[in-house]
Amino acid sequence: MKLKGAQIFFECLKKEGVEVVFGFPGGAVLDIYHEMAGHNIRHILVRHEQGAAHMADGYARASGRVGVCLVTSGPGATNTVTGVATAYMDSVPMVVFTGQVPTPLIGDDAFQEVDIIGITRPCTKHSYLVRDVNDLATVIKEAFYLARTGRPGPVLVDLPKDVLQAHADFKYPKKVDLPGYRPTLEAHSGQIRKACQLIAKAKSPVIFGGGGIIISESSEELTRLARLIQAPVTCSLLGLGGFPASMLSEEGRRRPDPLWLGMPGMHGTYQANMALSHADVILAIGARFDDRVTGKISTFAPKARIIHVDIDPTSISKNVEVDVPIVGDCKNALLQFLEFFEKEPIEGLAETRAPWFDQIARWAKEHPLTYCASEELIKPQYVIEKIDELAGEDAIITTEVGQHQMWTAQFYKFNRPRTLLTSGGLGTMGYGFPAAIGAQVAFPDKLVIDIAGDGSIQMNIQELCTAVCNNIPVKVVIINNTYLGLPRQWQELFYDKNYTGSCIEGAPDFVKLAEAYGAVGLRAERPEQVDAVLRKGFSIKAPVFMDFLVAAEENVYPIVPPGKSITDMLLTQL
Amino acid sequence: MIVTNDRRYTIGILAQNVPGVLARIVGLFSGRGYNIETVTAAETNEKGLTRITIVTTGDERVLSQIVKQLNKLVNVIKVFDFSETEFVDREMALIKVRAEQESRAEVLRIADIFRAKVVDVSPHFYTLEVTGNEGKLSAIVELLEQIGIAEIARTGKAALARSKK
Repeated sequence: MKLKGAQIFFECLKKEGVEVVFGFPGGAVLDIYHEMAGHNIRHILVRHEQGAAHMADGYARASGRVGVCLVTSGPGATNTVTGVATAYMDSVPMVVFTGQVPTPLIGDDAFQEVDIIGITRPCTKHSYLVRDVNDLATVIKEAFYLARTGRPGPVLVDLPKDVLQAHADFKYPKKVDLPGYRPTLEAHSGQIRKACQLIAKAKSPVIFGGGGIIISESSEELTRLARLIQAPVTCSLLGLGGFPASMLSEEGRRRPDPLWLGMPGMHGTYQANMALSHADVILAIGARFDDRVTGKISTFAPKARIIHVDIDPTSISKNVEVDVPIVGDCKNALLQFLEFFEKEPIEGLAETRAPWFDQIARWAKEHPLTYCASEELIKPQYVIEKIDELAGEDAIITTEVGQHQMWTAQFYKFNRPRTLLTSGGLGTMGYGFPAAIGAQVAFPDKLVIDIAGDGSIQMNIQELCTAVCNNIPVKVVIINNTYLGLPRQWQELFYDKNYTGSCIEGAPDFVKLAEAYGAVGLRAERPEQVDAVLRKGFSIKAPVFMDFLVAAEENVYPIVPPGKSITDMLLTQL
Repeated sequence: MIVTNDRRYTIGILAQNVPGVLARIVGLFSGRGYNIETVTAAETNEKGLTRITIVTTGDERVLSQIVKQLNKLVNVIKVFDFSETEFVDREMALIKVRAEQESRAEVLRIADIFRAKVVDVSPHFYTLEVTGNEGKLSAIVELLEQIGIAEIARTGKAALARSKK
């Protein structure tokens, strides 16, 4: 039996196990919307296509499944570009379906025509323009396969209207045929052995985990390896939750894990940056040595032999010279490391490591993460600590981008993978709120909290309507300092306190705004109100905006000035 | 003065002949700031496969990134880094050279030396077709420039690895 292209579209989605599509209709995709009823696929109608892309991203990061969004041609497609680029930088599995004008009109500057394949070529893992309805099923199969395998990423499928209206036999291919795509999963055992020999001789090793740990679901293996070889662990922003920041003590209290160094880099902890800079061996797994981690590249980790495991060969020796490159899936490599050291335990581990851990403990004591508490003003760090105390280990935290994001990375103790969703690579303000909605759709019963700034929440605030209309009870904590905080901090420290552009007084009343949308709005103006507002907000089964009026000119410390070595940290207010 | 270790490299690419494949490859170079000196592309004897030859400049680190980035493209099936293998390369040029009464014989003599063919003749110009490696082409261009080149069209390099003996 022949099916219409739009029907084939849904049959393919069902084959891929898609349960939800984040979308916004328009002329070019109305055939799909016409067929939508009766396919048992949930459609979340967004208020802006960028929101749809970030929701699909948040859904994917929280669940590990492929996120799907569906938009129309032209502006519908271009509005997703920031979301696609965000997902690309952070390796998020996502398939974006864009409508396109009918094939005979392509190239004629038709109404709502844009070359979205051309626009997104540098920020997608791959993309397809479907010119023939007979190719539709194969393309969709390949798109999902590419999105979730190897180093995951967004795949864009452009669907001309006439292709959606044409008929073809539906047959879902069993296998994909992609001769140019064979990601290396199995890490080379010879390289693993080389790496293990380096590690066995190391006196001051550091494990550096990245987003690859989360993506490959190998936080358990990473944790076991760190304990087995007694190496301290630091995780990049995207790797947070890959290693437990805290552990349960015998009295049932949480205390910092002794192997945990915190995040490294520009706003990393003193001990993480010092440990990387003094390490003799760095075992980097699923991290790509972003410039925010390395600081000045020529002085990064001067003493270290670097072992680098990554599924993407281009990530290796791109930014730092690597001594032992290992291409492969993080989990596969970690299992091989574990096998090696379980067979050949490192002798005298306690004695050889003692001076290294003593040194790290001294660094941690010299300059711990800290801030000046206040009884008058709400300190943003205090709000984060309170969220950490009240949210529970299962909660999913999303962030926007800026000071609040860095404070969250510093002061919230992420103990489990997939509990922090944040735009690390692209640094997209406006990501956190829609991402939280996507995560909440994946996990309706979990507490999902977007930690936002008063600047970035305004970038996709229209999605509050999406949350209210679909009963998606996300919680938004607004760290409201009336500034674009990070630009202001840089201006204070490096631009003679010239605050041009970073003062954003005159934001709407977020409580009233929440109420106008039909959500709940709460506010805290004094430190003693923080606890009660959070408790109340978290207990409400509806979308809630919590507006925290915080100390306006609080800075994120430590900070490595741009272009400096990561040992050149400014540690406190000058 | 900036001291660089830049060298010229020839890279061969075997790719699926699908719409946009050249744009993906060329876009990768421009987007990541790599140079393209020449690029040639045409279908091979195997249906659906295109062979592309690119000449680029950079240091070893850049070359290694280029090769890895090219391999990462889904439509790219194989990348040949000719800095590590023996290869043959040829380029073709069409050269329209001024050929007035007094210089006609000289142009023909040069053409003969370089085994170039005259493919078009007009009262004032000869158009020569010449094939060779880079050195040979540069040499004939240099000689003909003294007589006067009106226009030149070069194909850019095509390259294949030498087969093992």
